[in-house]
Amino acid sequence: MTSDSTLAPIRDSFRAITRAVAPASSGLDEAGWRRAEEIADDALRDRSARVRRQLVLFVKALEVLSRLRHGRSLGELEPDRLHSLLSAFERSRLLLARRGFWGIRTLAFMGYYGQAEVRADLGYRADRRGWEMRGGARTPWGDRAGAGGPEEGILVAEGDGHA
Amino acid sequence: MRDVHADVVVIGSGAGGGAVASRLAPLARAGRRVLVLEKGARLRDDDFDGDEIRMAPALYAESGGFLTADGTMTLAFGQAYGGSTVVYTGTSLPCSERVIRAWGVPGLEHADLTRRMGTYASQNNVHLLPDEEINENNRLFVKGCREAGYDCHQFPVNVRGCRGSSLCNLGCPNGAKQGTHKVQLPCAEAEGVEVVTRAEAVTIEERAVVVRVAERPEAALGAPSEWTPGAYRVSAERVVVAGGSVGSSALLLRSGLDRRLPRLGHGFTAQPALILVGEHARPITNDVGHPKSFYVDRAEEEGFVLETCMYFPFVTAKNLTGFGEEHEALLRAFPRLQMILVLAMDKAVAQNRITVDREGDPVVHYTFTSDTVDRMVAATRASARIFFAAGAERVHAPPARPALLGRADANRIDERIRREHFLPGRCSVSAAHLMGGCGMGRDANDSVTDAWGRVHGIPWLRVADSSLFPDSLEINPYLTIMALADRVAEGVLEDLGVSP
Repeated sequence: MTSDSTLAPIRDSFRAITRAVAPASSGLDEAGWRRAEEIADDALRDRSARVRRQLVLFVKALEVLSRLRHGRSLGELEPDRLHSLLSAFERSRLLLARRGFWGIRTLAFMGYYGQAEVRADLGYRADRRGWEMRGGARTPWGDRAGAGGPEEGILVAEGDGHA
Repeated sequence: MRDVHADVVVIGSGAGGGAVASRLAPLARAGRRVLVLEKGARLRDDDFDGDEIRMAPALYAESGGFLTADGTMTLAFGQAYGGSTVVYTGTSLPCSERVIRAWGVPGLEHADLTRRMGTYASQNNVHLLPDEEINENNRLFVKGCREAGYDCHQFPVNVRGCRGSSLCNLGCPNGAKQGTHKVQLPCAEAEGVEVVTRAEAVTIEERAVVVRVAERPEAALGAPSEWTPGAYRVSAERVVVAGGSVGSSALLLRSGLDRRLPRLGHGFTAQPALILVGEHARPITNDVGHPKSFYVDRAEEEGFVLETCMYFPFVTAKNLTGFGEEHEALLRAFPRLQMILVLAMDKAVAQNRITVDREGDPVVHYTFTSDTVDRMVAATRASARIFFAAGAERVHAPPARPALLGRADANRIDERIRREHFLPGRCSVSAAHLMGGCGMGRDANDSVTDAWGRVHGIPWLRVADSSLFPDSLEINPYLTIMALADRVAEGVLEDLGVSP
């Protein structure tokens, strides 16, 4: 982590939350975790100091609650207990609590699913070469019935309709 | 601060600014100076690599995650040479006569817009993709609509040489999308219009714009600015603001114009959207081919539009409700996912508006009205019917608890998907069709500009983007923006004594 890292003071909590929201992240090695934190930190760098402060405060509040309620840090909680704790925030009657959880959950997803290896592991295969990479697997559409063409009054250029 | 003089300065290079730039090209050819200022960067074709984490900061304001004031909705708007036309899917629908009539803007006729939209549809090669280019994500939507009794239509799109990367929302990596960055801006530049990137309009003064040109950050995508970084004061005979709904409204507010324009920032609508997924038993082609080829338009009858879509893993993860193993299982089914984007047709209401904070940064106040929530719920129910009719095994619907519906739920959709389960801050809501803030109308009591984008009481200042919409357009907006911008450019040419 660089010296301007927002996550540095809450790194262990961030990892615990990431493991809770995306359980497969438990399989990340140290380099994978560093990539996740780098992605999240880069995203935070574009945000205002106020937003960064709020995020850190929210995670610290989660930590305090975890210790008060269970006597352990987020990272030490059993998965079920951590899930319950986070669910309480996700479904809280207080918008502030829901917002805070949504924010850290988004960052955790970004850090994990933002990694090329993870995307590939999900089976996501988008590629700039498009159909060509699928062996030109475009197929005729035999049963197009029910698909309307353009609605009346639609504007369509003449010619060069095909790629 | 450096001083620069131009005949016309255009702020923004998206659908509005790009259209204005191209219409003003004859001015530049005749030796008059036309400047276009763009806050974002000019990307090279090979910068577009389809990586959502790398591309988002280069293409979107706040990486596409600009939050409304209460943090319950993210707003995505483009910030690059070409603005949002770089990152949309190229869907090109004309506005309806019904909506333009309902706006009731004196001097704005649907027939006039239609003629102008036709010009841009032709310039941008708007056409229907041939059947063999339609992927299964879209074909299943059509099948589901047919079985469930919804009338669906094919989107005309503005591509040329589409290879089916499916990466439209991260900028086409093949340069196929015919946005202003590919059509209007290069043509304008060839005629002598100057486009300055990384140039942010800070405030508007009397016939002038204060501009801040930024350094290219280390390791950032895109070219450095055409100008030396620093502060500039650009004086001009005419100023055209085309920074989008949020950007234009914020610029005018920062410039203190709300003192004479009480409606400035009001009338904001966004077509709040939910991303829904249906899981099929077998893999389908979803991450290849054009992602958004069909739609269902129920705007008039039920207040919603459904569109096919396909997003990237992080965006998908963020937009699904919940977390943990169930959420992850859905992500792991990615090759079997069908997606639908539901758009609620919100109406302009007093509490939804744009302001600026002490630093002059935009703040968007947005509350989901009861009607908007009802429309999102109705749209989600319709989508669930379409998914199941298309053969999906499971459907993820944010306004349901639990959010996953199995086939056994297919005959009790209304019971499972309910408005009380729509919890702002828990359900991820996003919006990309941002409209209003500088609405057109009769005078300063009801609007910011007239029907030609001229700001009331300030004849040298015009607006040319979606901020002009006095209420929701109820469909994808870019062709309408271009038509309105075309009128604005015509007005500028007339002001300067040039035959349009």
